This record gives sequence, structure tokens and C-alpha cells, in this order.
Amino acid sequence: MSNLSEPTPDEPAGNAGLDRATSPGFAAPPGGGAPLRLWQSLAELRGESTAARRRPDPMPTAGDRVSREQFLRLMGASLALAGLTACAGEPKGPTQIAPYVTRPEGISSSVSLYYATALTRRGYANGVLVRQVAGRPIKVEGNPQHPASLGATDRFGQAAMLTFYDPDRSRAVLNRGQPSTWEAMVAALTAVARAQRSKRGEGMRVLTETVTSPSLASQLQAFLQQFPGARWHVWEPVNRDNVRDAARQAFGEVVDPRYQLDQAEVILTLDADLLNDLPGSLRYAREFGQKRAVTENRAQQNRLYAIESAPTITGLVADHRLPVRSMDVESVARAIAAAVGVAGATGTLPGGVAADWIAAVVKDLDSHRGTSLVVAGDSQPPAVHVLAHRINEVLGNVGRTVVYTEPVEFNPVSRLSSLAELARDINAGKVDFLLVLDSNPVYTAPVDLDFAGILPKVAESVHLGLFVDETAKLSTWHVPLAHELESWGDARSFDGTTTIIQPLIEPLYGGKTPQQMLAVLNGQPAATAHALVRGYWQQQIKTADFERWWQLSLNDGTVANTTLPPRPVSLQSTPAPAAVARPSGTEIIFRPDPTIDDGRFANNGWLQELPKPLTTLTWDNVVEVSPAMAGRLGLSNGDVVELRYRGKTVRGPIWVLAGQPDESVTVYLGYGRTQAGRVGTGIGYNAYALRTSAAPWFDGGLELRKTGDTYTLAVIQGTQRMEGREIVRAGTLGEYQQNPRFIQQHVTKLVGTLYPPFPYTGNRWSMSINLSSCIGCNACIVACQAENNIPVVGKDQVARGRHMHWLRVDRYYHGQPANPTSYTMPVPCMQCENAPCELVCPVDATTHSSDGLNDMVYNRCVGTRYCSNNCPYKVRRFNFYQYADYTTPSLQLLYNPDVTVRERGVMEKCTYCVQRIRHAEIRAEVEGRPIRDGEVVTACQAACPTKAIVFGNSNDPNSQIAKLKTDVLNYDLLAELNTRPRTSYLAAIRNPNPEIKVE
Amino acid sequence: MAQVFPRRANVVARVGLSGGIGVVLILSALYWVYLRTPAFTGVGAPVAQPVPFSHQIHAGELGIDCRYCHTTVETSAFAGMPDTKTCMNCHSIVLTRDPRLAPVRESFRTGKAIHWNTVNNLPDYVYFDHSIHIAKGIGCSSCHGAVDQEPVMTKAASLQMGFCINCHMHPEQQVRPRDQIFNMSWQPPANQAVVGAELVKEYNIQTKISCSDCHR
Repeated sequence: MSNLSEPTPDEPAGNAGLDRATSPGFAAPPGGGAPLRLWQSLAELRGESTAARRRPDPMPTAGDRVSREQFLRLMGASLALAGLTACAGEPKGPTQIAPYVTRPEGISSSVSLYYATALTRRGYANGVLVRQVAGRPIKVEGNPQHPASLGATDRFGQAAMLTFYDPDRSRAVLNRGQPSTWEAMVAALTAVARAQRSKRGEGMRVLTETVTSPSLASQLQAFLQQFPGARWHVWEPVNRDNVRDAARQAFGEVVDPRYQLDQAEVILTLDADLLNDLPGSLRYAREFGQKRAVTENRAQQNRLYAIESAPTITGLVADHRLPVRSMDVESVARAIAAAVGVAGATGTLPGGVAADWIAAVVKDLDSHRGTSLVVAGDSQPPAVHVLAHRINEVLGNVGRTVVYTEPVEFNPVSRLSSLAELARDINAGKVDFLLVLDSNPVYTAPVDLDFAGILPKVAESVHLGLFVDETAKLSTWHVPLAHELESWGDARSFDGTTTIIQPLIEPLYGGKTPQQMLAVLNGQPAATAHALVRGYWQQQIKTADFERWWQLSLNDGTVANTTLPPRPVSLQSTPAPAAVARPSGTEIIFRPDPTIDDGRFANNGWLQELPKPLTTLTWDNVVEVSPAMAGRLGLSNGDVVELRYRGKTVRGPIWVLAGQPDESVTVYLGYGRTQAGRVGTGIGYNAYALRTSAAPWFDGGLELRKTGDTYTLAVIQGTQRMEGREIVRAGTLGEYQQNPRFIQQHVTKLVGTLYPPFPYTGNRWSMSINLSSCIGCNACIVACQAENNIPVVGKDQVARGRHMHWLRVDRYYHGQPANPTSYTMPVPCMQCENAPCELVCPVDATTHSSDGLNDMVYNRCVGTRYCSNNCPYKVRRFNFYQYADYTTPSLQLLYNPDVTVRERGVMEKCTYCVQRIRHAEIRAEVEGRPIRDGEVVTACQAACPTKAIVFGNSNDPNSQIAKLKTDVLNYDLLAELNTRPRTSYLAAIRNPNPEIKVE
Repeated sequence: MAQVFPRRANVVARVGLSGGIGVVLILSALYWVYLRTPAFTGVGAPVAQPVPFSHQIHAGELGIDCRYCHTTVETSAFAGMPDTKTCMNCHSIVLTRDPRLAPVRESFRTGKAIHWNTVNNLPDYVYFDHSIHIAKGIGCSSCHGAVDQEPVMTKAASLQMGFCINCHMHPEQQVRPRDQIFNMSWQPPANQAVVGAELVKEYNIQTKISCSDCHR
């Protein structure tokens, strides 16, 4: 990155470009500055022949199911029919209309209604607005009034809709695997409760995940009062035990740290995925992104340092990233604490960590007292968290960039000891009855607890869950859980703000809520979910007009005055904890999977096919090793290795990941399920098989052995490389401040065209994507999939390069593989004004609209794929097979009725969510007014946590998009092709510390 | 070796080839024509219904406004089909024992919907919106014909793409004052070309057509 960090006098503004010298269209930059070389994969960096390593072309091959004769027959038939029936309409068929008997007010088959509710992730609520059409939920959007969402959603929130309509959801109460009834279950539970009453409930146990629901917590308290001998255990495989333990050590009580990134100028993360994986990450990402976007009025940026082991999204966007093994983070944290001036802290840096790097970070933190922030990761031991608390205290950040509140959850116990205690009691024969509320300990519990072995010892065990999963199989009873989209409930978000969860539809399969299960134990088996939640709040809220309060809370999606206020904390004077003996040997790191989390989304095809943000891998988990380690052991992507750790072995495929610390191996939880459903069962390897309660996050002593087998991985990376072109333009804030126009210096000047330009007089729909703000979280991809009925194609098709996502997020590296700088780039259809695809379509199936959209008309398309071949951005997707599901009943309800469900043989691509544009146009025209700026929001834009995507009418001079189009950082992708894209980018500006030298 | 083909094979081949092409062309042309005839489009053919509902009586003789039953025509894409309750608003008082209305009473009693046979149906890949047409001065009868004269509902126009495009290119031929939209007997005045052009301007009607206006 020589010309980024060391601008030569001749060329103060050298900037991004892909090997400009080798690209025929570009001259070498003046002044001899070395061109910035971006690479997508390690093979590309090594200079291996890309032709050899390129994925096969997405064309039918000999291995395909369609033979040559079949192909010709089909082609002939489709051509004959295409010419004749085009535009003549469909023959009259016996279709019928069944209107309501009594139409509910406000409901029409074509009118969308939005309901405010919440979706929880690991217990914490994100406020959402769910779109409902004709009585069925269709699409999740963020709730702008909710503090954890601010209008954004994460990939899990977007994919919740598919889980809701999952055909594999459990549909009936099961007793020892046999269909039973709710009434029979209630009778059994009532009998248990009666028998236990004399024993004060000594044999009763309830196991939940993180509970932030006030009504459920109140029921659990009532249950424990009624049965004082009973116990409430909490288990969450991806938990925050370290945060709680550290709070106890540092403050003598459990408090939740809450970050205020809008106040932070310098941020240091210690193995923390701050922008992606914490409760509140959506809001953190928004605040981070807002301080990240460079505008002409604000040539300032925050600065992010990431010290981390396994590369994360946070590390990907960091200005400086230091790869350190998980076990070494503590030493680094100690050294930083000592340098910052934390009393009693001493530490020596582990080998390989540059002292001047740390010194520069410390200096930067020190000069931003009160506006800096140090965040420790959930997987780091309590000592690191205590150090972070102390550093923040010394730097005067407490109360400004970090505040402390009462715990958001209702039972802040250590998950690991809580589950271990339950296992001990079961083994001791003390447990007669176990109620498992929406948790899957048989799959997720540490392997040494052997939950699968001990659960059958419980005489009566009841599992409430969405699926008949591993735990359900071993329980005596299973009850289908009502999904959050069909439930009454309540939940708190990261800052305590409470949302009443309201249903969008009656439970599809008669599912029950956790509140209803508890009500059975508490002697109210007939209570409805609605009555339980409303009844709880009626007791809590002493207001004359409760009905009004209730309606207002439902309408807003937040309950007023529930945000937890910051509270003062005092650091205990005990000295910083002594260093624990550092494990030795090769390190193993456990991480939740970036898309299917701890395994709960394993049966969600959208999330399985969603590329993992760092590897663009789909449908599998891998064993990640550093390039250096791979070189030493002779490993390359897809080599199957055997992992031996504490006497257990697991086999998984290797992925060589740039930026992974050396002698450190990351495994991802969530795969290797045995009872996930038709999508998620039996794919990947089960990393839980290696996870023990002694070391749930990382440990030494891993042995890694090459087996000689290889495994096919379905990756999206490398299938659509844009070689030798100036794709991501990037620079530093320093360069920008010197010359704001530096990014424009190497823009190709077009010589013009012989044709007169088309006058776009009306709306000129355009998009701008800010590469400084984009964190590469991929929420936009799932949002697009949900909005536009994009099918799931499966691993085999992805491996052939036939994935269907209309929007992809490309990822480029720059620098050394051991510690590269990364850029992400969302690429939707560019909606070129001079669209190359349109010229080659023989049947006019892709044409230009009068407002400049590149329309795709599915019913005209005959599938020549010429357009895709002629698209320089490779954003068109072809239905090689009948990917869209026309038969599974529950999935028919999922489809967005405003978008055609495409058939086999049809090309498709991003439409700028034209259904939303046309809808807004019609509403504006009916009301006789122009469309307001911000009225049309595309699905990707709505989901984006950092507001990196802006959409609008660039003919309106006052619109946000019009201003961005004239920004000095604005550039078009492959502008030299004269395609005149409507989608343009704002160059990626990073804010590296000038005192740190990057090689 | 003897010749396999006799001399006349040349003629047979020539005639056969050109004849074959000709037959294909003729058949294609016939099919093209067929697709535009009522036999295919269903225009003018009465559609039987479970209840012999007469628009002639309700809309014509009784003068009930279209929007009494088709409630969402001004606000949403779908004009709206009346729920059973709308029928029963009157028919719990009028013709309460008429056997022709038995399915309506049955539906109201059991809560099961009446299944009407569709008369005007667009393919799934066409997204038509009633509200914008009403707002821009296109009357019901422009597409649905003189519904108030029909004892049994029939399809009045093919609703094929040519029918839509024709009007979208020349809206001045069909546009009418907004107060005439629900007037079933509205006929273009003699000076429609002039009045229509003025209305097109006044209502800000776009004549630019894009595929994605209807297909998406």
C-alpha cells in the first residue's frame, strides 16, 4: 500500500486501481507510484493461473441432468411457443375469486399493512416493522423508532420470514415421538406439578435461553415462589459469561456495558466483533458508519483499531488490524493498560507484536481522552474485560463512550455453571421434571456434559421448540413453539427498551409461547398468549387508560420509559487479576457461524446460501488457518484435516484465510446437525464435538493432521472477478484532506458518443453506495432475497457459479496475506443508461424504461443468456432449473405478491425494487403530488445498518442522491466502458494512523 | 449401383419443402388470428356464477354505485370483491327467501366464502392497478363495458397487451372528466379529441410506456 501510506511528492493522491499497468485501458500513473494491487483470493495473489482455478462456467455440462437431445427439444419447443403466444395473454382458465364473508376493516388483497413488533437474537430484541399482505406476513423491515434498529435489520432478522414458513417446522405435540395433543401434555404436566407440590418442587427444573421478557421472567419468579425447591437454569452456547464475570470482578455486581459510538473518535477492539455480533451491534454499526462517512462538510473520520484472532467484520473495516492469537490478546491488553496508566498493570508483549504499533495506539488513545473506547470481546476471559473497564476509566471514557446499566436480562447467571449444575443434578438423580424452553442443549452443550447421555435420565422432560431437533428427540414431550411472528410476547433490547411482540397471523401449527408453557405449571393451562402478556402489563402499568397505553405501545413498537438509564459504577480497588497460565501449542478458536449462528438457523436456506462475509463460502463450515501455517503443512482450500483436541477428533475442510493469526485455527459452530430438517441436517462438521466447558472459546493443544482427502466447497469468491480494472477506489483521510478530488485523478475521460443523449426529464432513479461506510455484513443480500422472491439453489448449483443473489458483496484485499487491508463492495445491477445487455437481447426481454431503469421482462425472456454474457458487471442471474418452489404449500405463502416468481429458463437481475418505485409513483399520482425524497427505499437500502446505500431521484436537485452524485468521491464502476451506470460508488476512505507503517 | 431416388424426387422435395414452409406459415397465421378472436379471449361470452347476480338490476335499475361493492377501487390495485356481508346488508331484508340467494345465505351462515367465477383475469405477470386509472380519468366502462346493461357479466375487452398499449399511447381517446368515471353510459363527445387532449394535460397523464410499469 506504498502510495497510500507514503504519498510521493509527484503524486500526492495515488489511489486505488487494480494493476493499472497491466490493464490495457490505463496508462501507468504519473510519478511512478506503484499501483495499488487488489486481490480477491490467495491464489490470485500468488499469481496462479486464474483460468485454471476459475470455477466452471455456469453452463450445462456433461454431468448435468439435461441431455443434448432433451436440450434441443426444449429449445425448439420454447422458441416455437415464444413467437406465437407473446403478448396475446393467457387462455381463459377456470379461475375463481373467493371474497371474505365479512371483510376485516382495512384489509384488501393488494394493500400492505405494517405491524411493529420485535425479533430477538440470543434474547435481545431488535425492533421491526413486518409487512402483511392479505393477512400473511411477507417481509421484515427495521423499526426506525426502535433504538436497537433505527430502521436497520441484520441478516438474521431478514431471514426470520423463511424460518417462519419453514415446511419442516414442528406441527404437533409429540409424546415419546408419537403424535399427541396439547391437552394430554397439559394433563401430564399438571400431574407432575401436583406430585411435586409436596416436595416443594425439588425435582423440577426449567432451562431457558437468555430471558429478557418481563412477562416470562415474572411467570418464572411466580413459579419459583410456588415451588421453592425448583431451579431456573439458563444456557446459551454463544454467551456473555465473560462479560458478567468481569463485571462482578471489576464492579462487584453485574452491570451491562453499553457503548456510544457516536461519541467515540478512537476505538480499540480486543477480539470483539463490535459491529456485528454484540447485542446492540446494529445501532453500533449505525453510529460507527455515520462517523465513517466523509462528506464535503465533514472531512473527519473516526479511527478503529482491531486486535483480534479470527478475522471478523469489525476487523475487516478497521483502519489497523493486528492479528494476535486469542490466547495472546490478554498480554497485549495488559501492555496497553500499563502504557495507558492503569494502576498495577504490567505486561510484556508476546513475540511478533510490534511495540511501536502498540505505542502508536496508546498515544492515539491517550490524546482522545473521553472520546476513545476500548471494547473487549465476549470470547476473551474476564481479565481482558476488567482491563478494558480500567482503561476506559483511566481515559475518562466512562459516561461518555461507554455507560453501564442494570443487566438487561432477568437471570444474569453464568451459562456454563448453570448448565453444569443442571447436568450434575440430573446425574445425581435429583431431577424428575425438566422443561426446556426453546433451547437445544443436546446439540449445543459442552461435550463433557454429555447432555445426550443424561437427558433420558429425566423421567419427564418437555421440550418447546420450533423444530423437532436433537433435544426434542430425546425428550418425553415436544410442543411446537409459536414463532415470534405469530406470538404475543415481550422482549428487551440491548439498552432495556421493551417491545411488546405482537402476532402477524394466528399460529400456523397451533404453536405455544413460552408464557403459555409456564402458565400450565402455574395452574392456568387455558390462558391465551395474549391474555398472559396483556395481563402482565396491566398489572405493571398503573394508568387510568390502559387500553390507550397498550395500543400506543403496540403501535410504536416500544414501551415508553423502559430504556435503562446509565448508572454510576465504582471500580473495585482490587488489583488487576494476575495472568492465568497461558495455554501452549496450536490454538483452537470456537466461533458461532456468521450466517447460521450457533446452529439455530441451520435449516434456513437463505442463510445457508448467504455467503459468509469473510470467505464468501456457502453451505459449509471450514477450518480456518493462516496462509503461513497452510504453507508449512502443505494445506490448501478444501483439504480435509483431522482435528485432535483433548482426546476428541473431528474432520473438516481447510480454508486458508488471509489475516488469520499464525498457529491459530478457527472452527465454526452450528454445522453437523443431525435433526435440523431437510436443509440443515448432515452438512458441515460439528465443532461442538470439540468444545468443552473448560475452554468454550479457545485453548491450546490442538493437533492438526492432513488426511489426504479433499472436499468441494461452494464459494462465491473468485467466480466473478473483475481483473485488472479499477474497481474499488480507495484512499486515506490524509490524502482526502490534502486534495479532496484525489480520487478523480485517474478517472478515464470518455471521448463522447456519436448519439445524442436521451433526455431523462422525469424521475431519474439512481443509487449511491458509500464504500467507506459499508461493513460487509451482507444484510442487504438477504433483504433483497426476501423482497424479490429470489430462490435458493443449493450447494451443487452454487459450486457451478449459479447462485441467484441479485446483489453480491465483493471483497477485495490489499497488502500482505498475513495481515491485509480489506474492502467490501456491494454490486447490484448498475442500471446502465447505455446498457450492453439490452443491445443483444433477440426478443426485447430487457429494455430501457423511460425513467432509465433497465427493465427485465420475464414473460418475454426465452433464455438465450446473451444479456448475461454481455454484462460487464456480471449481475445477471439465470434460472438454469426450476429453482423457485411452486409446490411446497407453506412456501407459497412466503412469496412477495408484488414480484413475479420466475420460472426455469428465465434471466433475472436487480430491478432497483421497481415494485416499490411503481407503488410510490402510483400513490403520489393518486394524491396529485411529486414523489418525496426518501419515499422510495429499496430493500437493500432499508436493511443497511450503516446507511451506506442511498437511493432516489437524482433529477431532484434537493435530494440526497443528487448531492451524492456530485460528491468528489463519487465514481462509476468501469466508467471507461461508457455504460453510464445509475449505480455509483463513493470511494473508500480509511483513516490510518500516520505513525503506523503498513507494509 | 441403381439410383436410389427417381427423377421426380427433385420435384417432390421442392414442393414438399416449400409446401411445408407454407403450411407452417399458414397455420401460424391462423393461430395468430385465433388468439385474437373471442373464441380465445372469451370476450362477450357470459360466465355462469353460483348466484345469478345481475349487474343490470343492481347497477342499472337500482342505481347502486359501483363503489358500494367494489370498495377499494379508488385506493388500491384490486377493485375489491364484495364480501357476503355486503350482499346481506340488503338481502337480510329484501328477497330473504329467494332460492336464487340460497348460496349467499349459506355462506353467511357457515362463514364459507362464495366462489365466484372470474370474468376479467390478467396473467400473474401483469400488475394492474385500478386506483391510478380511476385517478387519471379512465372510467369503468372503458374496460368493462356497459355493465349496467348486463344481466350476466361478460368480458367486454380482450385485456390483451395491445388493448392496454393502444389506450396508453392515445389516452385522449378514452379519458373523461373525473365526475363521469362511474357513469356507465358515458360516450365520448364529438369533440373528444380536443377535450381529451385538455384532460390529458390537466390530469398529467404520461404517455411514456415502460415494461416495468406492468411487468416486474
